[in-house]
Amino acid sequence: MSGGNLDRRAVAAKLVQTADAAPGGPLLVVCGLGSAVYDIGAAGDRPENFYLWGAMGGAAMIGLGLALAQPSRRVLVVTGDGEALMGLGALATVAAMAPANLSIVILDNGQFGETGHQRSHTSLGTDLSVVARGCGWRNVAVVDDMAGVDALAPRLQAEALLAVIRISPAEVPRFLPPRDGAMLTLRLRQAIGVAPD
Amino acid sequence: MTELPWQDQVYAALKRAGVKQLAYVPDAGHARVIEMAHADNDMHAVVCTTEEEGIALSAGAYLGGQRSVLLMQSSGVGNCINMLSLPINCRMPFFTIITMRGEWGEFNPWQVPMGSATEAVLKAAGVHVRRAERADEVVDIVAASATLAFDSHIPVAVLLSQRLIGAKVWTK
Repeated sequence: MSGGNLDRRAVAAKLVQTADAAPGGPLLVVCGLGSAVYDIGAAGDRPENFYLWGAMGGAAMIGLGLALAQPSRRVLVVTGDGEALMGLGALATVAAMAPANLSIVILDNGQFGETGHQRSHTSLGTDLSVVARGCGWRNVAVVDDMAGVDALAPRLQAEALLAVIRISPAEVPRFLPPRDGAMLTLRLRQAIGVAPD
Repeated sequence: MTELPWQDQVYAALKRAGVKQLAYVPDAGHARVIEMAHADNDMHAVVCTTEEEGIALSAGAYLGGQRSVLLMQSSGVGNCINMLSLPINCRMPFFTIITMRGEWGEFNPWQVPMGSATEAVLKAAGVHVRRAERADEVVDIVAASATLAFDSHIPVAVLLSQRLIGAKVWTK
């Protein structure tokens, strides 16, 4: 279950459109270290985006803490196969808490694109959708085409879903969204309406 | 009136500090506080597969306006180092309470290397470290350290010494 053919930027654009059009208010989007950050940033920076420029393996757990703290908002974690693999245990931890307002999208290109295109475990036998099911995720999707990405939109706005989207390993131009963690933190808290402390 | 055990008072101090999310990798020394967290409808008790998950959870909690604490034992500190860049870069509070192994009447030699390095490693990673040795000081240290973390937006660890917790007793 390695990478697929989808254009990662087209997928990210659809995900951000889904996030902005959510009926319950814009989705809070946590982006895992690596190309997922560039993809979501390239789709249009927004204050509800939190980009991880480090803390590899932490994206899903940041999403969990945020989802538990803000039960009336919906949270979307967008990350890559490498980042998800580094925090594999988090799939079990999130499933154990089963927050109704958190979904995770893994953009799976089957490789560590940032570091020289080494094959990742998803090219070597690991199927993250099966891992997620084994961890207790009830709603799991694997998507190979844009129609499937379109079909995810209402689910990401309503369910606790883990979706593996098989994207092309082809390189795309790098896009660098803001990387000042303190600014990103303050900006997201303000967007949510958390009082300064 | 008998005074509550210090473990119960530690939980009460966390509640007074406004903690709403409690992440943990289990340790016998934290068992009472973990039990109280699970019994509390106003606390999210999150069991983690590895300690650095708790740091990331704390960051998410802060983004959403909640305070959190991570409970772990000293052997877990080594798992946390890179993830500590998250609260430091984002100028977020981070508060952890760590039960010490490998320092007082330790039976298991495998606990000694990480136990010996815990304080130095935390300090090297930018964490402010406080240490409680006696039952009559632990609650004050926890309360003051929580204030330091949450109000000054810095990472703070409280080490509960193995002498305070009681060395693990092994029998054949």
